[in-house]
Amino acid sequence: MSLDKDQVQRIAVLARLRLADDEFGETVDKLSRIVDFVDQLGQAATDNVVPMAHPLDEAQRLRVDEVTESDSRDAIQENAPLVENGLYLVPKVIE
Amino acid sequence: MSSSWEVVIGLEVHAQLATRSKIFSGASTAYGAEPNTQACLVDLGYPGVLPVLNEEVVRMATKFGLAVNATIARRSVFARKNYFYPDLPKGYQISQYELPIVEHGELFIIDADGNDKRIGITRAHLEEDAGKSIHEGLAKSSGIDLNRAGTPLLEIVSEPDLRSAKEAVAYMRKIHALVRYLGISDGNMQEGSFRCDANVSVRPRGQEELGTRSELKNLNSFRFVEKAINFEIERQIELIEDGGEVVQETRLYDSDKDETRSMRSKEEANDYRYFPDPDLLPVEIDAAFVDAVRETLPELPDAKQQRFIKEYGLRVDDADILTNSRALADYFEAVVAATQGKTQGVANFVIGDLLGALNRDGFDIEQSPVTASDLAGLLDRIKDNTISGKIAKEVFDAMWAGEGTADDIIEARGLRQITDSSAIESVIDQVIAANPGQVAEYKAGKDKLIGFFVGQVMKETGGKANPGQVNKILKEKLS
Amino acid sequence: MSQDLHAQTLTQLAVGLERGDFSSVELTEALLDRVAAHDQSLNAFVTVTADAARAAAKRADAARAAGDIGVLNGLPLVHKDIFCTKSVLTTCGSRMLENFVSPYDATVVERLANAGAVVLGKTNMDEFAMGSSNETSYFGPVRNPWNPDCSPGGSSGGSAAAVAARLAPAATGTDTGGSIRQPAALTGTVGLKPTYGRVSRYGMIAFASSLDQAGVITRSSEDAALLLGVMAGFDERDSTSIDHPVPDYTAALSGSLKGLRVGVVRQHFDEGLDEQCAAAVRESLAVLESQGAILTDVDLPNLDLSVPTYYVVAPAECSSNLSRFDGVRYGHRAKDPDDLFDLYCRSRGEGFGAEVKRRIMTGTYVLSAGYYDAYYLKAQQVRQLIAEDFRTAFADVDVIAGPTSPTPAFKLGDKIDDPITMYLNDIYTIGANLAGLPGMSTPCGFVDGLPVGLHLVGPHWGEETILRCAHHYEQLSNWHQACPEDYE
Repeated sequence: MSLDKDQVQRIAVLARLRLADDEFGETVDKLSRIVDFVDQLGQAATDNVVPMAHPLDEAQRLRVDEVTESDSRDAIQENAPLVENGLYLVPKVIE
Repeated sequence: MSSSWEVVIGLEVHAQLATRSKIFSGASTAYGAEPNTQACLVDLGYPGVLPVLNEEVVRMATKFGLAVNATIARRSVFARKNYFYPDLPKGYQISQYELPIVEHGELFIIDADGNDKRIGITRAHLEEDAGKSIHEGLAKSSGIDLNRAGTPLLEIVSEPDLRSAKEAVAYMRKIHALVRYLGISDGNMQEGSFRCDANVSVRPRGQEELGTRSELKNLNSFRFVEKAINFEIERQIELIEDGGEVVQETRLYDSDKDETRSMRSKEEANDYRYFPDPDLLPVEIDAAFVDAVRETLPELPDAKQQRFIKEYGLRVDDADILTNSRALADYFEAVVAATQGKTQGVANFVIGDLLGALNRDGFDIEQSPVTASDLAGLLDRIKDNTISGKIAKEVFDAMWAGEGTADDIIEARGLRQITDSSAIESVIDQVIAANPGQVAEYKAGKDKLIGFFVGQVMKETGGKANPGQVNKILKEKLS
Repeated sequence: MSQDLHAQTLTQLAVGLERGDFSSVELTEALLDRVAAHDQSLNAFVTVTADAARAAAKRADAARAAGDIGVLNGLPLVHKDIFCTKSVLTTCGSRMLENFVSPYDATVVERLANAGAVVLGKTNMDEFAMGSSNETSYFGPVRNPWNPDCSPGGSSGGSAAAVAARLAPAATGTDTGGSIRQPAALTGTVGLKPTYGRVSRYGMIAFASSLDQAGVITRSSEDAALLLGVMAGFDERDSTSIDHPVPDYTAALSGSLKGLRVGVVRQHFDEGLDEQCAAAVRESLAVLESQGAILTDVDLPNLDLSVPTYYVVAPAECSSNLSRFDGVRYGHRAKDPDDLFDLYCRSRGEGFGAEVKRRIMTGTYVLSAGYYDAYYLKAQQVRQLIAEDFRTAFADVDVIAGPTSPTPAFKLGDKIDDPITMYLNDIYTIGANLAGLPGMSTPCGFVDGLPVGLHLVGPHWGEETILRCAHHYEQLSNWHQACPEDYE
């Protein structure tokens, strides 16, 4: 098993995912198999190979600095689970 | 503070760029709108939407880079900084990581000994701002306003070249003046358009290796920067001298208590998992673009200061104040151009009276009720002896209050200076006759009493007598 | 009214509408009837938009009467439920978005609507497009019209099944590692994934941004060409969409195959490929050769690494893309959270299914401190090697041809417990995504009553060539006209 329970738990916290108890063991097993599988990348000779982030070698196009959006808060917030006075609500955040 | 310790500070200044629309969306950046009315689908991180880069931010970052003599990257890359927080709608912030748009810059501050000191600018990169969490008025919840999300920021990172809180403030002021000169940020600190984080550490003097640093977050005034850093320096030194160890952490400055305190880390173990944003392509800047931006650069603060010293014969500290903002420098030069008065006199009036009034009323120079040409008109009246410098202050206050031009006020209040020698002589004669004791003392050699006589004459004339003439005639009569 | 409207291709229907043989309203009603009759068993649809379709058909008929029509006027189609549609649910096959109504239309949706298309509904898919069998959908698996015990492939399985079963003449799909081409192969339909940047991704819910590309599933290459012409082209709302001229894809279909250099990748026929599938593909290559195409061996030395590369790059991007689903602004929100952390963890834990969670976690892992270089950076380098392999190959050939999938449709439940076996389904298709190349699948035979696909890959912007090649092949083979018995 290339990943242990603690590692998987740490990843789950980082990814903000609650795994049910009955999901957890299976996740450790399957993630380990995936990691073992992608480990074969280690064999590839990649010295001096430029990493490829995009399939096409193009440059970013720039947008003219104009305000094109108008307020549509009420329509957008129809999807929001919990709002008050136009604010999205979350459990109290203490800084 | 113990002098056996050396303080090492690096600043990360966040300047909000003065664009109309956001960095990756067409929503307005205007301040103060109702919550979430300026957060469009892109700012909200809606499913399926994509960022498109605002060209103005590239131009502004380039402008800044040129102004600090930096390298403008031909190719820079946006990356995602991943973490969960309610004010960060996408769960990542689009920033620049490995390949920022500006690198290897510098600027100069004046250190404690009055010498120029070079402060390195490691990099300046573009990124989007987060939204705001609101805690007041909500019982068990925090409310999220995402109007600010996606506002363009230029994060300017200094080398750890600063050696005191004072130097840090001087550096920050310099950056503040610069971004406003360049017109790339309004620098408004109350609205959070200009703020900084400070990395502070101490080490025994002579030690090469840096001490462990703490990061002070969100310092949004020059005063707080100085106080927070000084508090933090003391705290670290005390801690080490008591046998403790500084831990690397983020601390928040509490201005009410004037102390810094540890912030519970946003993510237990910060692991931002930076990687190139696949929704954005590399930003490529060619020489023609850089040249075109260079053409638009205004005269920069340091150059302007040197010119003011040379061209107007100003003292260094006066030139420094007058070039602090481009608007103030422009105002000064407009007055100089319009008045017959002496340049140093203009500087004195602008720095003393005008800036005093602006500070008192909380105005920016742009909001001054007395325009440059109005002020020039006032100074002309001093120059042509219509009024004295002292009366000029009264006239200025009336102009400030909106009572009209200098000439209107001088006329309406009858402030015209008395330059008629016979009129002055008759007042002087009265004063001499009324104060025989002082006259005797003066004649016995107490020269300083001349001030007393001048004062009496001025009192009698309501300050309108020409002081030069009064002096001259008094001395003749008393000799 | 003719009883077999459903049997006609998009191009044939366009002719019929133009001639006035039937109206768009009649056509739409006929297809809605079929959807009502068959979708209980197929489960190809998440949402049927019957009322909106009827209204759109009426408008299309009125527009035709007024003489003001787009190229798709009155033609029905379906959208994969990954495309945002205003006023209609967009679920992405997930509980997370079970009740999500997009406030805007995806560019693809908008362009097809502007051309006059009538949308019958939104099709089922693997959750967030993560899957190759349609079994990861929150709304249950889609069944293959050729055999209800089999998967239609995925992730665009609902689109493929709907087209194969003649419930709609055409469907949109998205392809991140083979999600259009593999289900097309497994259902006997034509699937086209264009060059990366050819079609706007705006409004297409992102899985892996540097790999995702929108395309179509149809019953002929001719239909695919027709739709691509409408969908393709620069979109200022997508920074990765490229301002490259859009050719007349329909015109490009004609012209001979004489001298066309067709590359055949030796490794494609190594172990892993079902022997009967291999035979069907070889036969189809012989057909191309008979038309004057020149078969050439090409080598893609890093082919074996394409699946592991993909399973680093795609999860990495997905882990970040799916962070926005946090239960705050839209989507599933857990009940009575203890605190913010609990809100996040439970909303996401409950809202996402097992495969999506696995991919998010894989991606989180490969990007995390200490592993980035060994996995993510390494994968980006290998991706470059794979792209280079294709660049080298396309110096000598115009098209690369081979199998789309290693096996015909597999049984539902057969592979879902073994992620690696499932992932290897995409071994032949993933390379095109990594390199950003256009690829398509067209039917080339049957194995045990299940369709097999011929995979054609072109160089960047090479859609015209692969469409021409597939179109010619279809004229000679007619496999694409085969219809599952229960859906004739």
